Amino acid sequence: MKEKNNLKAWLYLLPAILFLGVFMLYPLIDVLIYSVEENYASIARTYTGVGLGNFRKVLSDELFIQALKNTFILVIITVPVSTGLSLLIALGLSAIKPLKKAFQTIYFLPYVTNTLAVGLVFMILFDKTEYTRGLVNLLLGTDIDFIDGGYWTKMLVTCLYTVWIVMPFKILILTSALASVNQDYYKAARVDGASSARIFRKITLPMISPTVFYLIITGFIGAFKAYSDEVALFGTNLNAAGMNTIVGYVYDMLYSDTGGQYGNAAAAALILFAIVFTITYINLKFSRNKVQYM
Amino acid sequence: MSEKKGRTGTKVLIYLLLVVWAVVVLFPFYWMVLTSVKKTSAYNNENVPQIITADPTLENYGKAFTEVDLGRYFVNTVIFTVSTTMLMMLVTVPASFAFARLKFRGKDLTFALFLSLMMIPTELVIITNYVTVVNLELNRGARTFLGLILPSVTSVFYIYLLKENFEAIPDELYNAAKVDGTSDLKYLLKVMVPISQPTIVTIVILKAIECWNSYVWPRLITRETKYFLVSNGIQAIRESGFGRQDIPAMMAAVVVVSVPLIVMFILFRDKIMAGVSRGGTKG
Repeated sequence: MKEKNNLKAWLYLLPAILFLGVFMLYPLIDVLIYSVEENYASIARTYTGVGLGNFRKVLSDELFIQALKNTFILVIITVPVSTGLSLLIALGLSAIKPLKKAFQTIYFLPYVTNTLAVGLVFMILFDKTEYTRGLVNLLLGTDIDFIDGGYWTKMLVTCLYTVWIVMPFKILILTSALASVNQDYYKAARVDGASSARIFRKITLPMISPTVFYLIITGFIGAFKAYSDEVALFGTNLNAAGMNTIVGYVYDMLYSDTGGQYGNAAAAALILFAIVFTITYINLKFSRNKVQYM
Repeated sequence: MSEKKGRTGTKVLIYLLLVVWAVVVLFPFYWMVLTSVKKTSAYNNENVPQIITADPTLENYGKAFTEVDLGRYFVNTVIFTVSTTMLMMLVTVPASFAFARLKFRGKDLTFALFLSLMMIPTELVIITNYVTVVNLELNRGARTFLGLILPSVTSVFYIYLLKENFEAIPDELYNAAKVDGTSDLKYLLKVMVPISQPTIVTIVILKAIECWNSYVWPRLITRETKYFLVSNGIQAIRESGFGRQDIPAMMAAVVVVSVPLIVMFILFRDKIMAGVSRGGTKG
């Protein structure tokens, strides 16, 4: 009886194990091997030695350094801005009754849209063409080439679009966190005559701090993997636009003109993983002292 | 009295903030639809972009389908989305059942291993998956679909979500079914799946959205434009097609690609939002 159950259970798990084994577990081991095989030739399937050569090569590649820089700037700007702004909006939502549901629905809309498609709309709003300065320039009364212009204007558009895209998730999570704070705390604080600012600092913020912290971690992870949003705005040749990201660099190593460099791709992907892992670890360490888990 | 006034003032400020953000969210959608119904010649003559159009036209939608093979990309995406989601359910449901209900040796260890795979980012495994697909020639001809679908099937997170849901179903039900001589499979299909229907629907919707929007993997392996998905189609229009010259037609294509998702959102709003707040990680 017991044996039979064993066999049956593995049979139920078999499809999952097969898929995970072939497309997750094996690639995971394989990527480590690729990363240390130096000068791997994809056609002959040969390599010259085992070592850290790929990592050295990637880290001294100007294009990778540019991608690293772009990604870091994007992360440092968009994570705090989007988290802070969503907190503000979620607080606003939780303070009103009429129209609350309608606002929530609208705010969630960007989550279910195709990044590439809406990215094109952003591009058009900012784009300056031979016909027109574009709507954004017109509203601001400026004449800036946002899409093909200077580095920081391009970065600005990228950050704005990224924030627009990541807000729905954050607003949703924060609104439900705020709704789950026990109302008795607020009532007690009001009876004691505490000011709104004090209630926010002493009750609301501590109660939702695990959620905020969760959003910061997932925000970091998501922003470090930025790629599609940039393609939507600047096209597939991100290096030409100077707007490539780490993930974009990995893909460049796989195909197109620079393709077939699996060792470099693996090294770059592992560097990305190491960065994300380290930052998540620091965040967790930091949160032990700051975040109140109920 | 003055406190009441202050509170009304705060309320006004709050609504102002909420309305401003709603405009920021909705405006790109409005602009997308608006531009798609402007005449190309009129659009190109607008030195000052017009907020409304007096003379709407649907001709851009015709162009979106004739100048590139948008219809085919649409069908491809539907095939990809439906097959991937179905396969995902065929993998997820039995696995969740095994973890939730069956007793077997090594269960805890296997489950821990599954969970740890949840932390692995796609970017890390995509390299080998790309090599695998190229080596097996799953990027040639109609086999492209296999190359697109197979690596996209597994989602450990959904196994975890469904397992939690299955476990919430009382043991008594299972034991009673056992006494009646119902087989595990029959119990799974006739009792557990129907009871867990809300969760299953949520998972299906979330996966379908993910598939509809996938861009990176299809772009990586698709060699022939015949097998493009809508995201690739949109990007191709932008880069080489009529996009740069004909923005209204490009926006028509963008609207066509976005509509199925918006419709799905309107139909399943509560399920989608509940599902994402339980387990989405995008952001």
